[in-house]
Amino acid sequence: MRNVAIIVRRELGSYFATPIAYIFIVIFLVLASWFTFYLGGFYERAQADLDPFFSFHPWLYLFLIPAISMRLWAEERKSGSIELLMTQPVTLWQAVAGKFIAAWIFAGIALALTFPLWITVNYLGSPDNGAILAAYVGSFLLAAGFLAVGSFMSALTRNQVVAFILGVVGCFVLLLAGYPMVIDAFHSWLPQTLVDAIASLSLLTHFDSIEKGVLDVRDLIYFAMLIAYFLIATAVVLDVRKAE
Amino acid sequence: MIKSEHLCKRYESLTAVDDVSFEVRPGEVLGFLGPNGAGKTTTMRMLAGFIAPTSGQASICGHDVEQDALAAKSCLGYLPEGAPAYGEMPVRRFLEFIADLRGLSGARRARLGYVIDRLQLEEVLGQTIDTLSKGFRRRVGLAQAIMHDPPVLLLDEPTDGLDPNQKHEVRTLINEMARDKIIVISTHILEEVDAVCTRVIIVARGRIVADDSPQGLAAQSRYHNAVSVRLERPEHLTAMRAAMAALPAVAEVEVSDRESRLTALPRRGSEILPAVSELAARRGFALKELHLESGRLDEVFRTITA
Ligand SMILES: Nc1ncnc2c1ncn2[C@@H]1O[C@H](COP(=O)(O)OP(=O)(O)OP(=O)(O)O)[C@@H](O)[C@H]1O
Ligand SMILES: [Mg+2]
Repeated sequence: MRNVAIIVRRELGSYFATPIAYIFIVIFLVLASWFTFYLGGFYERAQADLDPFFSFHPWLYLFLIPAISMRLWAEERKSGSIELLMTQPVTLWQAVAGKFIAAWIFAGIALALTFPLWITVNYLGSPDNGAILAAYVGSFLLAAGFLAVGSFMSALTRNQVVAFILGVVGCFVLLLAGYPMVIDAFHSWLPQTLVDAIASLSLLTHFDSIEKGVLDVRDLIYFAMLIAYFLIATAVVLDVRKAE
Repeated sequence: MIKSEHLCKRYESLTAVDDVSFEVRPGEVLGFLGPNGAGKTTTMRMLAGFIAPTSGQASICGHDVEQDALAAKSCLGYLPEGAPAYGEMPVRRFLEFIADLRGLSGARRARLGYVIDRLQLEEVLGQTIDTLSKGFRRRVGLAQAIMHDPPVLLLDEPTDGLDPNQKHEVRTLINEMARDKIIVISTHILEEVDAVCTRVIIVARGRIVADDSPQGLAAQSRYHNAVSVRLERPEHLTAMRAAMAALPAVAEVEVSDRESRLTALPRRGSEILPAVSELAARRGFALKELHLESGRLDEVFRTITA
């Protein structure tokens, strides 16, 4: 646990050592606001809630989260620092967890910086703050799911651009599986149980239900399992390929 | 103790390390030599627990590097080839990170200051590692490796890129640490072998081809106990050469024109120094220099690894 904390601290320090972290946060905030106010018709709806804000998060994260996760392992392998890290008295698990948690905290910081929107809706009306909190939690979990996928993709290659593209594709597949259009396409030729199974694997299905303000245990378990699955896969890949 | 038992590492068709076995005991400084691609780095990576051997085992201080990886890594200071580090970190933060991972707290934290001082890193503490010169980068890597005062050190080309002063500093440091530690260094600088090593292993194409003391290796040289002379008067060169070649114990005489130096190589096991000096005196050839060679490591290295 101590080692995980040490690694988290180092990683977070590295995020903010370069301008990339600040650029990322600015892009995130600008895009999030733009989606909310223009595409989401925040004012036109004349409702004091953050639905338009949260409903775009999956699509916002689709590109922004792989941009965070692409460097996680690809950079370590490219620069050779992975050899330094893995010959310290640290387990592969501690390293995988530490780097993932740091990336998650970073995404959380970016998300938390959208608080002016929350203040705005509270100023304009009286929204259901419980539902907003649940939606924030859902968004934070969604980021974690994407990051776990991205971490796995980053472990597959030494090239950050490849890691980014793989990350976007991986997350896209997980999102699409729950998209009504895709579900309908499956309906015509697959039995209902299989279609439901595919839909239940999708991040979108689970994010939508949390975003509506309901924190269901099943959704939480889904995210926990998704994250655990991809982090285990990350560790397995690294164990085999870390020196290549 | 480092123990390597039948270590092998295969990549698809290539066998990078092939049945390498050796033991190193405290007090020994082992020089790991070999041509490029011989498998030195691969062997060190397996000992450091970074890559898994295809077959065979290794242990550090009695801890198997695979089964008991954390304990083995705790006993080990390792400088990977090329001294990789986190480029965006300032030197001080990087070393603090290593000290944290090595669990240096309380009184043991003083070690951090000692290491910075010892490798003369004060002036670059605030600089990010990416902006360091090659030599400073290597010194940061060394600082990292000795941070926790480990009983075993594996250093892959520790003096590569260092200036002569720093090479000397690092060799002094290695010699100081040598007394109670086990040190393995890989190097392409043969003078380093004389300066620090008590034992040499030469690998070629993944196999150990020599395991001896530096003196023992030098004794395999054609130049072991060779006598080289420089004459006061260059016009005596031809006559001296013929006279030396005629000595019964001399196998061959080499001339280096640039310095008008003659080197007489003895037949196996013979001593030719008295004969050569007596010869020069008898024939009245004044000598500028008379020198007994102990053997040339570079020549042995070439012969063994060819
Ligand atoms: N990941 C890998 N995949 C395939 N071959 C590899 C890999 N790593 C090393 N090799 C090969 O293994 C052999 C031994 O390499 P190694 O780096 O151990 O040599 P070395 O003795 O350290 O050489 P140098 O003196 O140049 O540092 C080389 O032929 C190298 O190409
Ligand atoms: Mg090497």
